[in-house]
Amino acid sequence: MNFSLGRRILLTLAAPVVALVFSVAMSSIVLLISGSNPVAAFGDMMSHASRLETMVDILNRATPLYIAGVAVAIGFRMNLFNIGVDGQYLLAALVAAHLGAMVNLPGVLRIVWILVVAMAVGAAYSGFAGVLKVTRGINEVISTIMLNAIAISGIVAYLVREWQAGGEILSGSASRVGTTPIPESGLIPDLNSVLEFFTREVGQGKELTGMLVIAILVGLGYHILVNRTRFGFDLRASGINPFAAQVGGVPAKRMVVSAMVLSGAVAGLVGMAEINQVGFFPANPIRGLGFTGIAVALLGRNHPAGIILAALIFAFLDISSGVLQFTGAASREIVVIMQGVIILAAVVAYEVARRARERQEARSAAEALGDIKPLEAA
Amino acid sequence: MAKIPAWLRWSLYAAVGVLVLTTVQGFDDTDSLTAAGSSQSMLRWAVPILLAGLGGLFAERAGVVNIGLEGMMILGTWFGAWGAVVYGPWWGIVLAVLAGGMGGLLHAIATVTFGVDHIISGVAINILAPGITRFLSSEILTTLEGGSITQSPRVPGVGTFTVPIFGGGNIGTWQSPDFFGWIAAREWFLVSDIASLAKGLMTRISWVSLIALLLVPFVAWLLWRTRFGLRLRICGERPQAGEAQGINVYRYKYIGVVISGALSGLAGAFIVSPELSGIYLEGQTTGRGFIGLAALIFGNWRPLGVLGGALLFGYPFGIGLRDLDGSASHSLILVNAIGLGAVAIWAATRRKRGDAALALALGLVAAGWYLLSDTLPDVWINILPFVIVLIVLIFFAQRLRMPAADGLRYRRGEH
Repeated sequence: MNFSLGRRILLTLAAPVVALVFSVAMSSIVLLISGSNPVAAFGDMMSHASRLETMVDILNRATPLYIAGVAVAIGFRMNLFNIGVDGQYLLAALVAAHLGAMVNLPGVLRIVWILVVAMAVGAAYSGFAGVLKVTRGINEVISTIMLNAIAISGIVAYLVREWQAGGEILSGSASRVGTTPIPESGLIPDLNSVLEFFTREVGQGKELTGMLVIAILVGLGYHILVNRTRFGFDLRASGINPFAAQVGGVPAKRMVVSAMVLSGAVAGLVGMAEINQVGFFPANPIRGLGFTGIAVALLGRNHPAGIILAALIFAFLDISSGVLQFTGAASREIVVIMQGVIILAAVVAYEVARRARERQEARSAAEALGDIKPLEAA
Repeated sequence: MAKIPAWLRWSLYAAVGVLVLTTVQGFDDTDSLTAAGSSQSMLRWAVPILLAGLGGLFAERAGVVNIGLEGMMILGTWFGAWGAVVYGPWWGIVLAVLAGGMGGLLHAIATVTFGVDHIISGVAINILAPGITRFLSSEILTTLEGGSITQSPRVPGVGTFTVPIFGGGNIGTWQSPDFFGWIAAREWFLVSDIASLAKGLMTRISWVSLIALLLVPFVAWLLWRTRFGLRLRICGERPQAGEAQGINVYRYKYIGVVISGALSGLAGAFIVSPELSGIYLEGQTTGRGFIGLAALIFGNWRPLGVLGGALLFGYPFGIGLRDLDGSASHSLILVNAIGLGAVAIWAATRRKRGDAALALALGLVAAGWYLLSDTLPDVWINILPFVIVLIVLIFFAQRLRMPAADGLRYRRGEH
């Protein structure tokens, strides 16, 4: 049935495209009402984004978003909502940065040590929510919301002051304080040399984060785990029909805890992009990547490649809107509205597309059955 | 044991609670746990949590989980501040309620009409709302004198009042006696402490606080004693049964979710009023919508329970604000230890050995912490409400009953 396969692909692609178009239209209307020219604004963003330096920024921004998206998607695959990625990655990054600076290891070993600590902390914190779910029946949405608050305004706020060191003085008078700096050899090197091999020299002191490689590995690992392993099969089965999966011999409770642990382990890597860029855990780190990760996972339909596109779209909006401040074509805050509209429009569009697909399947099944002549009564 | 009426039982619990607070603060040589200022500040912190919790109640009783309370509250803070600055305090409240209601409407369109997952839609609204307010700030607040992209000018309030006779308020121009204040000054054991806390609840309270408190019995009556309430609740319990009765389930879900947003918007207006901050600041809701949700769960999806949860969570926030030397939070940890001890005894009488051991262990940790330290890190009091919710859920999650069809997708004519 090539015809129906074609329509299927069309339906799958139509939803996110419709969401994007809708969001551009909505934000254009908002811009027109507020007296700005949407064409000029989007034009400025596009031309800004086509510069190599801006692309590096976009990739740097997309990297943690992608990792956060994968962390959320692992839970989504079995209907678990890991709302707690924010708390998990901040706690993980703080502990990893501190222990990374404290424990003396040579070069590569220190890099590995930092990553392992980050994953372990994220996994433990997220796994706790999983354990609460299977032993006490506490919904993971509620427990991860509570654990978020406890981690961010409690543990991290306290430890960041306890572990505070001098920090580095950045250019100008602005100084950023944070944990003890990690030696240069313990940081993942940037990818500028690789980039410059293909293009020209990257200016303005921009560095393409080495975490990009880790993010790609995470995406590959996610794809193999979900689509090529028995665990992934069990994960998807539990997500589609938990009762059928349990009858089929999938240990439901163990799956919940494993999924939360895996999701948390990946979440632990989200903050590594910032740690590797700054060299320590800053007193005011980037927050909210977990919530944006939820949006990215939803827009990317939990698909390893789809999440890449979603992360790039969100990063593009975040970074390229910076130019609006200088050109004055519009207020740069318009992109935050766009992100919200995209995600709301996307989930609605996916839902409508899903129902359309179901209707079509029902129809083609009915047609197929219609070809079979019912048996004549003897 | 003879059945005691609920109000008497709860009064007894409250009296025991105050007794514990009085005794404990004696050890630490502080009186801030039962000072009139503490209950006053508890009320101020509790009102937004209460309003958000009641908002969540309307939505979840109609079967729609509303994680978007936080976003709707953010809309309320912005429109409440802007409306109050430009048109006057009461207009601020009206606009905040309308803005929150619009957020609720958006959630209803996504979840009820399009059948999107409730959590997903709520998360999307929580992402969208700060974007909208940020944009509006950059367009509008920056044009106001004293405003900037992250904050508004001073926000005027709707005014306060003091209960006459009990709290010493004025009747006309005559200042009535201050009954509770008089008792509080006598320093009688327990009685003065109760009077002092009561005086705090009756002195200079905002009209919005009064509305919020009156909403509790009103919502209880509306949802459990009227035809409207019965119909709304059946949408959260068994929508198919409601459908069979000829009820327009979609409409009731819409009403529930829009009211939910409106109440969250009102909570936002209260946050920017001079009672709490007197200014709009970006990011100032700091998860109060989520705490409202926690109060809803703590209160077992009932109005009085939500009030209890809001006061319980508002108390540490209110104390923390006045607790400059950390002595009050130090005393509170002993209160927590005593509470955990009570849970341990309760679990033991029901032969839940594991629970009893766990509660006892946690209680001993809290007691040990109390004995080994003089003050607590100031972050502790900020996260105490969340810790309490987690502990309550750990021990009592099995006893809570949420509406049976809460969070489930409902399509007309499907099963």
